[in-house]
Amino acid sequence: MALPKYTETRYRIWHYFYIAICTFVFFFLIAPLFVIFPLSFNAEEFLVFSEGMKNLDPDAFSLRWYKDMVYGTKNPWGLAAKNSFIIAIFATLGSVILGTVAALGLSSRHMPFKGIIMATLISPMIVPLIISGVAIFFFMAKAGLAATHTGIVLAHIILGTPFVVITVTATLSGFDHSVTRAAASLGSNPVNTFMKVTLPLILPGVISGGLFAFVTSFDEVVVVLFLAGLENTTIPVQMWTGLREQLSPTILAVATCLIVLSTLILISAELLRRRSERLRGINR
Amino acid sequence: MSSETKQILTTDGIPLEISLKKAERKNKIKAFLLVAPLLLFLIITYIFPIGEMFTRSIDDKMITNMLPKTFKSMETWDGKELPSEEVFASFLSDFKILVEKKEHGKLAQRLNKEKNGFTSVVKKLFRQVKRNKIDDTQNIKEQIMKVHKRWRDVEYWQAIKRTAPPYTSAKYLKAMDMYLNEDNKIVQVSEDRRIHRILWLRTLEVAFFVTIFCFLMGYPIAHLLATLPMKYSNLLMICVLLPFWTSLLVRTASWMILLQQQGVVNDFFVIIGLVADDNRPEMMYNKVGTYVAMTQILLPFMVLPLYSVMKTISPSLMRAGKSLGGTPFVAFWKVYFPLTIPGIGAGCLLVFILAIGYYITPALVGGASGTLISNQIAYHMKSTLDWSFASAMGLMLLGGVLVIYWLYNKLVGVDNIKLG
Repeated sequence: MALPKYTETRYRIWHYFYIAICTFVFFFLIAPLFVIFPLSFNAEEFLVFSEGMKNLDPDAFSLRWYKDMVYGTKNPWGLAAKNSFIIAIFATLGSVILGTVAALGLSSRHMPFKGIIMATLISPMIVPLIISGVAIFFFMAKAGLAATHTGIVLAHIILGTPFVVITVTATLSGFDHSVTRAAASLGSNPVNTFMKVTLPLILPGVISGGLFAFVTSFDEVVVVLFLAGLENTTIPVQMWTGLREQLSPTILAVATCLIVLSTLILISAELLRRRSERLRGINR
Repeated sequence: MSSETKQILTTDGIPLEISLKKAERKNKIKAFLLVAPLLLFLIITYIFPIGEMFTRSIDDKMITNMLPKTFKSMETWDGKELPSEEVFASFLSDFKILVEKKEHGKLAQRLNKEKNGFTSVVKKLFRQVKRNKIDDTQNIKEQIMKVHKRWRDVEYWQAIKRTAPPYTSAKYLKAMDMYLNEDNKIVQVSEDRRIHRILWLRTLEVAFFVTIFCFLMGYPIAHLLATLPMKYSNLLMICVLLPFWTSLLVRTASWMILLQQQGVVNDFFVIIGLVADDNRPEMMYNKVGTYVAMTQILLPFMVLPLYSVMKTISPSLMRAGKSLGGTPFVAFWKVYFPLTIPGIGAGCLLVFILAIGYYITPALVGGASGTLISNQIAYHMKSTLDWSFASAMGLMLLGGVLVIYWLYNKLVGVDNIKLG
């Protein structure tokens, strides 16, 4: 962003002002995440930087909260992590399967009532979560699925499918339908065509939709708070109770692990997006 | 061409037009069958339950079913003076059934909501009935009136009559701090009890200002990201995407640490001498905390749509504007800014809709003055168990969101929503 030599002073000042604003906003976005790292290695129980930490005294740092997270007695994190992963994996599978199949139908130019059906399918994304939570709770209570893993998985499928529908229809919008016709003319049945031709081409979209669904489920707390019993506690529910009651540094250790996880998800999502753009022939 | 022109036939001898229509229909059914599983699933588990929220919010059948004979005999009562012997008799017979089923408590609770003071009179009547003190062959009116002086008060009978319809708008009125009074007129509750209206206004205010803050902060960085060369912008994009993918609770936790009284932000203020060490301001458990945390959390939802729109604007347009004599400001305002309006619309819509239904962050960093309408809904769902009231408030919120969505669709078009 080097300025040309002939730039007037006032535009020069404006430009530096603009850069300063941007720097501040980027800092505002990313810095809060980095407060958690050092504090999770705190040797003391308080959630503030101790004098020792400010002087970089090695004794002020320890892994005790990580040990507490893994080995601590009466610690809910093990159960919560297990539940979170089980629920998120099944919810992702369900969302991906239902969402991809629906997106295939929606992308067909023969689809009747496209507008209203699309609106219905993505409505869980638009309706505020608290309302979805109330509605889903009423259904699950009636169906006898409240406080079960099945109920939470179904709830997360509801919340996750819109992301899959949107990403897969976006991928399919650049899809060359003549390849499926070519496959059909070569004698392939529709299922075979889908598995061998369509799916490999739209896979990046499917996976990135799946990532969205996974994160939605893994991070979801409002609906789970309505539905979950003690046995179905998840990481976000546990963090929620922890943050409301006793703010212990163990939470920060968990948070650090979650940041590492989200970094991994971010990297895979980015790689997928680039691959998808390459496949769709979008060059920048 | 006239209609007598010979129809084109396929090889099977069927007219081409019919054959094409048939194929078209087959394709339609095929496409629909692909969508059907998800559509059915959502309708059963999601759309119907939202409809059920509506019936629940206006449902008042419980009492209608409890006092069927009473309401039947009340139909002819004009409601000005005490009702006739017949009404008293049918009330007693309804009440006896309720006592047998041990449901008189529920009746008292419901009637007490309509008019204060019903709990004790119903309890008194219950005791008399239980001891078989009331002779149900004659003079029922007199006997009941003797049980408690309030049974002689016509206002209490009017209150019973008001509960007759199986549907009620009371929950919606309650959410607006209003109620139906004795004369069936909508009136406001007394000033010191108007809590819901404050919450609605606060929710709107917070959502509005968070949207504005997100826009003011998101626009410059989206512009920077869209105009920088790829190798730099990809790096900076991480600053937007990492928070986007990070758990909401992690980000809220980090704000709780930053904003606490001994936290980093206050430390910084003390170091630069903005505040005294012994007089650190409270930045959490109030609106400041809600604003700061929500703005940071929702900012990526503003930046991403803005970025995807700005990316498509050719830089030569700005150059053209300048070469035609506009100053950089004029070129920006007249050329660049109008082109970004779809992005602004999408970003503001997303942020506003997300903010208006926010629940977790305000509950954790908001304190008492930072709670929003969603917190109230959750409170009634989980603590008071007044599910019909929670449903009514939820549907009002949903109505607001749909209006905004509809407006947006009219003004900008929904097709602009993109992810990442």
